[in-house]
Amino acid sequence: MAVKTFPKIDVYAGAPEKKYTLFMLMLGFIALMVGTLFGPLQAFNYGGLDLYPFLKPVFQSYYQGLTIHGVLNAIIFTQLFGQAIMVYLPAKELGLRPNMTLAWVSFWMALIGLLIAALPLLGNAASVLYTFYPPLKAHWAFYVGAALFVLSSYVSIYLVLEMWSRWKRANPGKITPLATYMSVTFWLMWFLASLGLVVEALFLIAWSLGLVAGVDPLLMRTLFWYTGHPIVYFWLLPAYTLAYVTLPKLAGGKLVSDPLSRLVFLLFLLFSVPVGFHHQFADPGIAPYWKMIHTILTMMVAVPSLITAFTIAASLEVAGRANGGKGLLGWIGALPWNNPTVLAFLLGFLAFIPGGAGGIVNASFNLNQNIHNTVWIPGHFHLQVGTLVTMAAMGTAFWLIPHLTGKPLVARGMALASQWLWFLGMFIMTFSLHWMGFLYAVPRRSHIAGSPIAMEAYRESSAWMVLNIVSGVILLIAAILFFYVIYATALQSRRDPERVMSEVPFSEVISKPEGSSLALMTERVWFWFGIAVVLVVLAYGPVLFQMFTNMNPVPGQRLW
Amino acid sequence: MEQHEHVIERYERAWILFGLAMITVFIILIGYMMLTMGNTNPVSAARIDATKVRTEGDFANPRVEQVGNEYVAYVQAFSFGYLPMEMKFKAGQKVTFYITSPDVQHGFKVENTNINVQVIPGEVAKVSYTFKKPGEYNLICNEYCGIGHANMVSKIVVEP
Ligand code: HEM
Ligand SMILES: [Cu+2]
Ligand SMILES: [Cu+2]
Repeated sequence: MAVKTFPKIDVYAGAPEKKYTLFMLMLGFIALMVGTLFGPLQAFNYGGLDLYPFLKPVFQSYYQGLTIHGVLNAIIFTQLFGQAIMVYLPAKELGLRPNMTLAWVSFWMALIGLLIAALPLLGNAASVLYTFYPPLKAHWAFYVGAALFVLSSYVSIYLVLEMWSRWKRANPGKITPLATYMSVTFWLMWFLASLGLVVEALFLIAWSLGLVAGVDPLLMRTLFWYTGHPIVYFWLLPAYTLAYVTLPKLAGGKLVSDPLSRLVFLLFLLFSVPVGFHHQFADPGIAPYWKMIHTILTMMVAVPSLITAFTIAASLEVAGRANGGKGLLGWIGALPWNNPTVLAFLLGFLAFIPGGAGGIVNASFNLNQNIHNTVWIPGHFHLQVGTLVTMAAMGTAFWLIPHLTGKPLVARGMALASQWLWFLGMFIMTFSLHWMGFLYAVPRRSHIAGSPIAMEAYRESSAWMVLNIVSGVILLIAAILFFYVIYATALQSRRDPERVMSEVPFSEVISKPEGSSLALMTERVWFWFGIAVVLVVLAYGPVLFQMFTNMNPVPGQRLW
Repeated sequence: MEQHEHVIERYERAWILFGLAMITVFIILIGYMMLTMGNTNPVSAARIDATKVRTEGDFANPRVEQVGNEYVAYVQAFSFGYLPMEMKFKAGQKVTFYITSPDVQHGFKVENTNINVQVIPGEVAKVSYTFKKPGEYNLICNEYCGIGHANMVSKIVVEP
């Protein structure tokens, strides 16, 4: 049999940013793969099926696995995906190259930080979950590695702001192109948002190194949630950006409104941060009226997602009609469901509807007291980050890896199947987790299958538990299919640039920014950043001032 | 498509207004319920030295006290249980819990009620509730507190 040889092409010669993006992306997917390994085991746990005794020689406990799951999926994968997408898209849109030296610095910071934090995680010296609430005290390397990893994102902030100002200087008076606008507001939001975690990390590092004897758990929680809420927008906005700037085109249509899309990102810049007390409704030490203020602000931050729901749905309708769909719902069937990228986004957004509704419940102060820290919460956020964000990333990988490498997608059918199964599995699991939390107060983060006391206490929810086992099996298959597709694509030796998308599929828009007063208003980014800072100072300043001046440090504990 | 555009923008504006109106209604409802339906949001009663919880003061002697027609309970949530081990109340009488932890953070969630407290070392949380229905209620730790977390389930008994 003749072996077909392909000419050797150096796809990165003229585009080193592609290599950087590919590395960030693949490192993120490796993290996702390892983190996701534990997912089905956790679903089995909430089905009363305990497989952890079999992991014993390698992994010591459910909680060690859960820490790895949360850290790798929700912190490592999400951030690396953001660093890939939100640097690459503006670079392509502006036709500029990011400072490549610094781009690689950010990659190495992330990788080294990840490795440093991985050692104590794998050694069971940091089984403190991805929220690492003191007084649970991890090995110092966990905090140091995590800090280095997060600081890598500051380099990304610089990369994008620098490209943006280069473009501004070359194009005075012009409105920032859309993807770049989204990226700039995204990174500024993250800068403001991350400060809480950075300050917390200073305390934790000093504490874990023995420089201070204790830390104040309430202050640490407050600093954590200062970042902990906006971090979910940090996860979400790369998916939104892709949905705004690429999905309409991939689906065969156009984005309906450019100015409104900018407004969405501006609202996220303004309202993402000053809302963290909705994670502390159950905390003593924060007065109820402060919690009420954050409730109202949290409701405000639902607005940009409501607008997004409309804009994306309208753009998809435009696409469906352009493809020949007729009637009230005919456009839905006319969408390219056989395109795995489009499919991933469609299903992800479908899951986002109940996910968003649950989010509004969580934000509603007194309703929250019903479901706080029950499995309702992981039920809720697997619709958001576990489904929409992850599926947006998986779907994007199906064109982005070929685009970056020149290697065509393999096993398209498997890619499609992986997305249907992922959606189905998540849907079943989140459905059951919601009800188990709401009806039977089953707690989250709990190795119930390993505890006869717990299984007895929650026995009434056993019908729902069966669904968790079913979903765990489905999700395991979905994950195997997905990771097979992307690794087989990335690792094949065939390069065939003719058969891959050579350009980023930026959508055309119907309502243009030129001449729009809304677009002009949103363009004053630094002014709005100033307003965002003021909002944060108002919503957090008095409480934090009081906490900093009345610290009550507590010694650390290692109870695993 | 171009004439379509104006229609879309009109709907869009209507949708945003609808969203804002819905949120306003939610906020009003939340405020109303908080004021009228028996606020069970935990507040801070005091700060305390977590290292002395087991040896000094009210929490070294965890107990339920009857004060007139009401109860006061001093509860220690520790890894991995609650003290007092057994809490009994009469239905229809108000209970005020004071809860703290000598070690790490815990949860204090009473099944079928709005009681859901983050127990933070160094803080004394205070929450009041009137149990209406007699029966046994699971008292559940819902904040990860170490290897025995799943076993940290207790009972509250409400007698008729
Ligand atoms: C195969 C897919 C997955 C399954 C079956 C799964 C299942 C679960 C379950 C059952 C829990 C609750 C564990 C507990 O509270 O004890 C959990 C927690 C969690 N999952 Fe997943 N998951 C999957 C994928 C993901 C993905 C893709 C992400 C994010 C990108 C994610 C993020 C999280 C986070 C942040 C937690 C909370 C960890 C904590 O409470 O400390 N999961 N997962
Ligand atoms: Cu939040
Ligand atoms: Cu506990």
